[in-house]
Amino acid sequence: MTGAQRTDRHHNQPPLDVNRIRQDFPILSRLVHGKKLVFLDSGASAQKPRAVIDAIKNCYENEYANIHRGVYYLSQVATEAFEEARRKVQRFLNAAESREIIFVRGGTEAINLVAQTYGRKFIKDGDEVVISAMEHHANIVPWQMLREQTGLVLKVVPINDDGEFMLEEYEKLLSPRTKLVAVTHVSNALGTITPVREIIRLAHAKGALVLLDGCQAVPHTPIDVQELDCDFYAFSAHKLYGPSGIGILYGKAQILEAMPPYQGGGDMIVSVTFEHTEYNGIPHKFEAGTPHISGAVGLGAAIDYVTAIGLDRIAAHEDRVLHYATERVKEIKGLRLIGTAKEKAGILSFTLPNVHPHDIGTILDKQGIAVRVGHHCAQPVMDRFDVPATARASLAVYNTNEEIDALIAGLHKVREIFG
Amino acid sequence: MDDLRELYQEVILDHSKRPRNFRRPPTSNRQAKGHNPLCGDRLTLYLQVEDGRVADVAFEGSGCAISVASASLMTEMVKGKTIGEAETMFHYFHELLTGKSAPSAAPGPEFEKLSVLAGVRDYPVRVKCATLPWHTLTAALDAKPRDEIRTE
Ligand SMILES: Cc1ncc(COP(=O)(O)O)c(C=O)c1O
Repeated sequence: MTGAQRTDRHHNQPPLDVNRIRQDFPILSRLVHGKKLVFLDSGASAQKPRAVIDAIKNCYENEYANIHRGVYYLSQVATEAFEEARRKVQRFLNAAESREIIFVRGGTEAINLVAQTYGRKFIKDGDEVVISAMEHHANIVPWQMLREQTGLVLKVVPINDDGEFMLEEYEKLLSPRTKLVAVTHVSNALGTITPVREIIRLAHAKGALVLLDGCQAVPHTPIDVQELDCDFYAFSAHKLYGPSGIGILYGKAQILEAMPPYQGGGDMIVSVTFEHTEYNGIPHKFEAGTPHISGAVGLGAAIDYVTAIGLDRIAAHEDRVLHYATERVKEIKGLRLIGTAKEKAGILSFTLPNVHPHDIGTILDKQGIAVRVGHHCAQPVMDRFDVPATARASLAVYNTNEEIDALIAGLHKVREIFG
Repeated sequence: MDDLRELYQEVILDHSKRPRNFRRPPTSNRQAKGHNPLCGDRLTLYLQVEDGRVADVAFEGSGCAISVASASLMTEMVKGKTIGEAETMFHYFHELLTGKSAPSAAPGPEFEKLSVLAGVRDYPVRVKCATLPWHTLTAALDAKPRDEIRTE
């Protein structure tokens, strides 16, 4: 089962016309090694719909100039497009204000920004930061770097054999010295959806802030940062059908205002003299230099795209395909699923006895099937399950049960070759 | 499918399932560790070098079929060879997998074994799996002990 509650939550969603949706993605019609492409690696980066490609093209062909700088027409048009993208993100996350939306390079940079600004200023020697055992390296290493700088204590919430976040253990780890809890909303290696409401409630009760790594959650579930009451939310556009090189840090305005700037440069200042520089307000304080203008526009188009379909419907569709896949893989002898949480989204990680995931990846690739093999930037998860690596199929709005059939046929071939 | 059989030949599958010289010898005077962080292949190579010859060689570790088979074949080939001969084999193997065109003929009959891995040249991301054991061998033969060699 891929999570009874979750399936219930979506059960009344009308099915998607996936074949129509597939036509929105030009790359899906190409062949790989002479075979139909079966793309099952959207967890690493999703393919792009025509609407996003066209928006980026239009930006460069019709609406491009540097932003926030020119008095001339094109600069105003570009600035407006950029700021409109910010408002789209605001509505998408249901943030209270658009100045709570900071454009960064991606989820990785968003987390580093919090560590290096909030962390350097407010986290002191002996203070505690809590993460979980299923974090992506992007939500581990920035805290270790901050630990070097401040002497903080990093605490790790364990996960159980199904790959679920252990709430009781988490509660025990929280203390009056806990300053920040930084956890993933959905695990990229396991697919686990973490109990973010309880995580946030318990952290706030101790006076700690919460940062959610939403990189894997945003493409699969509607987010309401006010309802969640999280303090920071981070994600990358490229996993949400948008371009790479752009992502978002959401932060509550009053917290962002108290934080020092991230990088110094143009746009983040009000006035500069050699004696004194006055910083700009949020969000500009955190956006030094010329940003990824077409990237923001592309992200805005991606948000329009998923919103038009409806994230609830997308989630319901992906749940059905994941459920189908979870059932079908049972026929592959010896296949071990890594990550069997009750609440999962979009990810099927597995190993086969006596076949290294790398060999699985090569054999599937020859049949046009793209899966990711390796440690998925989550080596502690691999250690927890005592495997060097896994093969991972990850789903998006355009995947179908027929593609799962192709995956199963491919896995039978793996068995055939390896005996 | 035929392409895949070219890559996963019986010899390779056999060596990966039953690697030769897969053990930790009680004595060795050269050692090196190899690691391919991309896919998690790891091996430790143990050498007993006497009078400029590889008197004994063995390895331990885990990895994909290509890296384990390559390590296994390598230990069979270099055992009893001089350091110079082992290096020549590595150069030939490297050419075989990464040269602009595959070398037309093996320099000697003892090189033939390596040709079962020639199919790897069509899989650029897998070349590193096949060459990891050889890079590790070079590191072990190096006078200066190096503890970990990476191929990424
Ligand atoms: C859970 C999670 N966090 C963080 C990241 C890092 O995202 P990016 O590489 O886009 O900065 C990823 C991407 O793989 C992820 O899956």
